[in-house]
Amino acid sequence: MPDSQLTAAHNPALLHHFAEPQQQRDAASLGMWVFLGTEIMFFGGLFCTYLVYRRGYFGDWGAASKTLDVTLGATNTAVLICSSLTVVLAVWAAQTCRRKLLLGNLLATLVLGTAFLGIKAIEYKEKFEKHHVPGASFEFNNVTIPGHPDQYVNPSHAEIFFALYFVMTGLHALHMIVGIGIFIWLTVMAWKGRFTPEYNTPVEMGGLYWHFVDIIWIYLFPLLYLIDRHP
Amino acid sequence: MATASMQRVERENYLNKHYGVGSWLFTTDHKRIALLYLLSITFFFFIGGFFALLIRLELLTPAGDLVQADTYNKLFTMHGMVMVFFFLVPSIPAVLGNFLVPLMIGAKDLAFPKINLLSWYLYILGGVMMLHCMLTGGVDTGWTFYVPFSTAFSNTKVVEAGLAIFVVGFSSILTGLNFVVTIHRMRAPGMTWSRLPLFIWAHYATSIIQLLGTPVIAITLVLVAAERALHLGIFDPKLGGDPLLFQHLFWFYSHPAVYIMILPSMGIISEIIACFSRKRIFGYSFVAFSSIAIAVFGFLVWAHHMFVAGISVYAALVFSLLSYLVAVPSAVKVFNWTATMYKGSIHYDAPMLYAFGFLGLFTMGGLTGLFLAALGIDVHVTDTYFVIAHFHYIMVGGAVMGYLGGMHFWWPKISGRLYPEGWAKLAALTVFIGFNLTFFPQFILGYVGMPRRYYQYPPEFQVLNVLSTAGATILGVGYLLPMAYFLWSMRYGKPAPDNPWNAAGLEWKTASPPPTFNFDQEPVVTWEAYNYDELNRLPVKEETPIAR
Amino acid sequence: MFDNFPLWPQRASTMAGNVDALYIFLLIVSGLITLLIFVCVVFFAAKFRHRPGVQAEPIEGSMPLELTWSIIPMGVFLVIFFWGAVVYFQERTPPRDATEVYVVAKQWMWKLEHAEGQREINELHVPVGRDVKMIMTSQDAIHSFYVPAFRIKQDVLPGRYTVAWFRATKPGTYHLFCAEYCGTQHSGMIGSVVVMEPAQYEVWMSGGSTGPLSASGEKVFAELGCATCHRPDAQGRGPNLQGLFGKTVQLEDGRTVTADENYIRESILDPGAKVVKGFKPVMPTFQGIVSEEQLNALVAYVKSLSSARPGNAMAAGSPSPPAKASAQGRQVQ
Repeated sequence: MPDSQLTAAHNPALLHHFAEPQQQRDAASLGMWVFLGTEIMFFGGLFCTYLVYRRGYFGDWGAASKTLDVTLGATNTAVLICSSLTVVLAVWAAQTCRRKLLLGNLLATLVLGTAFLGIKAIEYKEKFEKHHVPGASFEFNNVTIPGHPDQYVNPSHAEIFFALYFVMTGLHALHMIVGIGIFIWLTVMAWKGRFTPEYNTPVEMGGLYWHFVDIIWIYLFPLLYLIDRHP
Repeated sequence: MATASMQRVERENYLNKHYGVGSWLFTTDHKRIALLYLLSITFFFFIGGFFALLIRLELLTPAGDLVQADTYNKLFTMHGMVMVFFFLVPSIPAVLGNFLVPLMIGAKDLAFPKINLLSWYLYILGGVMMLHCMLTGGVDTGWTFYVPFSTAFSNTKVVEAGLAIFVVGFSSILTGLNFVVTIHRMRAPGMTWSRLPLFIWAHYATSIIQLLGTPVIAITLVLVAAERALHLGIFDPKLGGDPLLFQHLFWFYSHPAVYIMILPSMGIISEIIACFSRKRIFGYSFVAFSSIAIAVFGFLVWAHHMFVAGISVYAALVFSLLSYLVAVPSAVKVFNWTATMYKGSIHYDAPMLYAFGFLGLFTMGGLTGLFLAALGIDVHVTDTYFVIAHFHYIMVGGAVMGYLGGMHFWWPKISGRLYPEGWAKLAALTVFIGFNLTFFPQFILGYVGMPRRYYQYPPEFQVLNVLSTAGATILGVGYLLPMAYFLWSMRYGKPAPDNPWNAAGLEWKTASPPPTFNFDQEPVVTWEAYNYDELNRLPVKEETPIAR
Repeated sequence: MFDNFPLWPQRASTMAGNVDALYIFLLIVSGLITLLIFVCVVFFAAKFRHRPGVQAEPIEGSMPLELTWSIIPMGVFLVIFFWGAVVYFQERTPPRDATEVYVVAKQWMWKLEHAEGQREINELHVPVGRDVKMIMTSQDAIHSFYVPAFRIKQDVLPGRYTVAWFRATKPGTYHLFCAEYCGTQHSGMIGSVVVMEPAQYEVWMSGGSTGPLSASGEKVFAELGCATCHRPDAQGRGPNLQGLFGKTVQLEDGRTVTADENYIRESILDPGAKVVKGFKPVMPTFQGIVSEEQLNALVAYVKSLSSARPGNAMAAGSPSPPAKASAQGRQVQ
């Protein structure tokens, strides 16, 4: 982009150790993708653990999964997918100098993200009330394995399911909270007019992070909520 | 020579540009951050070393008479945790890597200077947590945290130790991230991949491992902490959990971690051998790609730590075979380094003595890895002093020798001072002798059957233990010497020329110490790496160290 | 070698020689490679020491050399791998008809019970020349059963059985160590394996036995009411256990499993895990009710209900070379 080369020396967003804005953008982009790679490994350990026990305790896990509220889970999935749309629109708005659209979509993303957390809180509360939180007060009675109503259900195995449920969705929720923090910051910066067609890397990078957290949920939802569901 | 240094007019450099504690604690200059790391990891090295001293003192006698059993268990645990996570993993990348990577590729700084500083603060936070844990009771699970002991039976601060390592792990991840992006995006014009110093290739490979492996140990420690704190049953057999799952998750990181610890050292050795043989490393591409091969294959061998743990015979076969595959690139490197010396012009300066030591000790350590990878032998020697000897040969004989060699090689660049060569040579020799006396007897101890993590042992093992302890005291002296003369040199050492070794590499084309932004003008590279044939034709001043 | 200063462990089992042979081979190979590197480094450092006026010769590399020193080591490594694998298979494949000893490890002692019924703490008496198979579990943390003189080691895990075996070749007393860190007295969890001449062993056996382990198991079986459902006719609510051990079992969910020690153990502690086809999941769990020793006794009892002695049910891997006539001097099981 000829403009940026001319103004490279004066572009206030160019950090001193970069030769030109394109290098800075490329570095930020590669950095974010590499970071997301580490996040895949981070969640990967949990997914591995999940796979081992799902294979070993399929029946008991089917029973445990059945007790999760699939409506709330599906709603949350829809909420996150919509939020990814608003993120994409926000990035586009930043790239095309549409301030109102940018602010609107950033705020919409925040609203949707918060809604996700709110619904999650409701689900956690329900689990707490049913004594499905692992630990001393864990109880798992009167739940049958889908398709095998007479089969014995081992509460310890169900407890492992819930342990992983809470750790995986909890870690995900933590990432959502960080994401919301990032988007609050982005909103403030956008309000101050910091983003231009030449410089909108933070929005793009924030967007990448948000999409990643979304994709993690898209895996979590079927793996946790839809084990062996029957109509 | 105090008067000479007082009269010397100092150019502006990264050390004297700003003064004050704030200018150090809020710096984003990769060189200053490297020195911050140098101070911190040296501190933890001496803590870990102190624990080692106590261990070796206890083991002078067969009875457990110096410390109580629980105390001893905490000593070897914390020795391992501190040395692995707070010294070996960060040391070369965070000190020499941070300092040199931008200089070697012709950049002004790393890609993300603020993240670099954050990385140091995370290290400090993890370090403080670890110190607090150690001072308020310690942890006794072994650095390997095996369940169900760590989750259900230990009465020590397991969660706190686990979280300290979790935090310091992120320091490691961010360093790796910075290096990968820097090496990809910040190379000076003309600095193509095939012109990169092997030090850079080594750090690139190391960073890949740090990025892909560390998150797995992070999540594993989270699970251990959660299980212990909340009584979950993920690893507890009584609740349907699987203790072997922990081992798989743990070793999936901890095996590649040993490559994090050795690859940077191999990078240093390449630089030193090239410089002090006055020629390009033999088989440059092979050495470069073998670093990558080690990083990749290193992820495929983790269960060779579990041959007697209860895995199936078939799994054991696969992991044993893969472990032999990963040994090949390391062997290739040793042969290439040795071949570099052929028809070279060998100088015996201190860095080169450390490189010689590395060649011998790493070869021995690596070869004993072949013993451990042999399934039939491993059954007998795993969990004994044979393993301890093996990994200390690589970690200490390899990684630490490389680190010390690198510190001696680049000290003039980092500090602008020369250290006394005689003392440096003495230190190298002391370390080599002390090291061998400490750890060679342990191979024998292991094969005759002394298990690891024992604080009392049958009397017939005593002689070998005494030899080992004697060696440890000599080794300790060898480590104290560089501390002493490096510090001495900062005030009284002769000022260093820009290129005391007439070495190849962009870092030598700028001042010693470098200015804050590294180069007065952005370098444009038109020559291949290790252009010693050109450098050898240049006249060298008589008082330059390489001319000795 | 020297009594006070051993440089080599004693060889007291059939496997010890095999392990030592491979070890010595590795010592020779490593020694040669180390010597090669050492000689090259010293020789080059001396011969090519820098002399004024003599320049280093710029040599890029050599593809033939790279291939040579990649392929030859790879070849040597494969030989070592293969040899090690063969030894390992032998180590991990207990012979058929080995005498069984049940081991329960706990912080910080070894509890052993011979199939014939003798109980020992921290000591294991065995006769020379007999195959002995240890079926081991832990009550708490992970331990490891290590006898250097026999070159055997096997981690002992809570919640499952692991197996190790040996045949002693020399009478004597040998160290038994715990080789997996397990807490405060890990280094105190030391015992001995006492190998005796067969005649002496008979004498030792005849004193102080409470009867074979399977007989204790039969008592526990009755006491806990197992016999109510597991009847020898086909009319019980639970499967008939006669002749069960070692056979393949069809499960309710379609899987097939082998009825080995771990299967028996799991069926007692977690009966819902593997329900046999055609039966309802009505068996209660005995987790917390039955001790490790009682579990061992029950397993021994169920095994005794099979006329053949498929002692290899636990082993993974190809059939081992047939054990020599280990029947000499053996009592009836």
